[in-house]
Amino acid sequence: METILFYILAGILVTFSILTVTAHNPVRSAVSLISALLAMAGIFFLLEAEFVGAVQVLVYVGGIMVLFLFVIMLVNVREMETQRRTSRQWRTAVVLGVVLSCELIFFVVRGTDIFSTEAVGPNLIVEAHTRNTESVGSLLYSTYLLPFEIASILLLVAMVGAVVLTLKER
Amino acid sequence: MVETGHYLVLSSIIFTIGVIGVLTRRNVIIILMSIELMLNSVNLNLIAFSNHLQDLSGQVFAIFVITVAAAEAAVGLGIVIALFSNKETVNVDEIDLMKG
Repeated sequence: METILFYILAGILVTFSILTVTAHNPVRSAVSLISALLAMAGIFFLLEAEFVGAVQVLVYVGGIMVLFLFVIMLVNVREMETQRRTSRQWRTAVVLGVVLSCELIFFVVRGTDIFSTEAVGPNLIVEAHTRNTESVGSLLYSTYLLPFEIASILLLVAMVGAVVLTLKER
Repeated sequence: MVETGHYLVLSSIIFTIGVIGVLTRRNVIIILMSIELMLNSVNLNLIAFSNHLQDLSGQVFAIFVITVAAAEAAVGLGIVIALFSNKETVNVDEIDLMKG
């Protein structure tokens, strides 16, 4: 069951990722990316990462992609559709991409034997009944407290930066 | 039960699609979307290993990656808006003010 679900979700993910990259219309591209991100959230649920899956849906689909769609509406879509969509270097880029893909898959296949099958690490999930969100939350507020605070400062800086960038000077 | 290697192969395929998108497209908005795709494939990697090693740190790092992606999207789209109001274009090969 899990295997079938994984292959269905992987198929959806790969299809919509390719559509995102190849679509003429940016709106179509954004909608494909939303579908791809939802399939990715499904894969996170399969991997027992419920909290990250929920955050993925809320932040990516609900926040970032809506922002993208707003910006696409602000700039001229009609004009974009009629223009050439690839830059002059696309042949080199596709060759490089294929080489990169082969390399990555080669290393994954070579490395599969090396992965230790035993559970290692300081933050073991020993009890199966522990809730995912609860464990992630306590880890986030204890071991990773400083990175968490730095992330909040990063978000503040990004927000101020975005406001300053789009502000009209007068 | 799906092996961890399958998740890693899927993640590397998505990453490559993102790289090809960044390198081939002219529209800067679609380039930003391809970057989001690449960041997401890294998340898949982190969570696959979190499941494999039964260690929650991977999920915490995935949340940090999502945070950085949100910040990057906000600033990147702000730059796109500023650029469009100044140069009336969102194509990367027409933005050649520095003539590099």
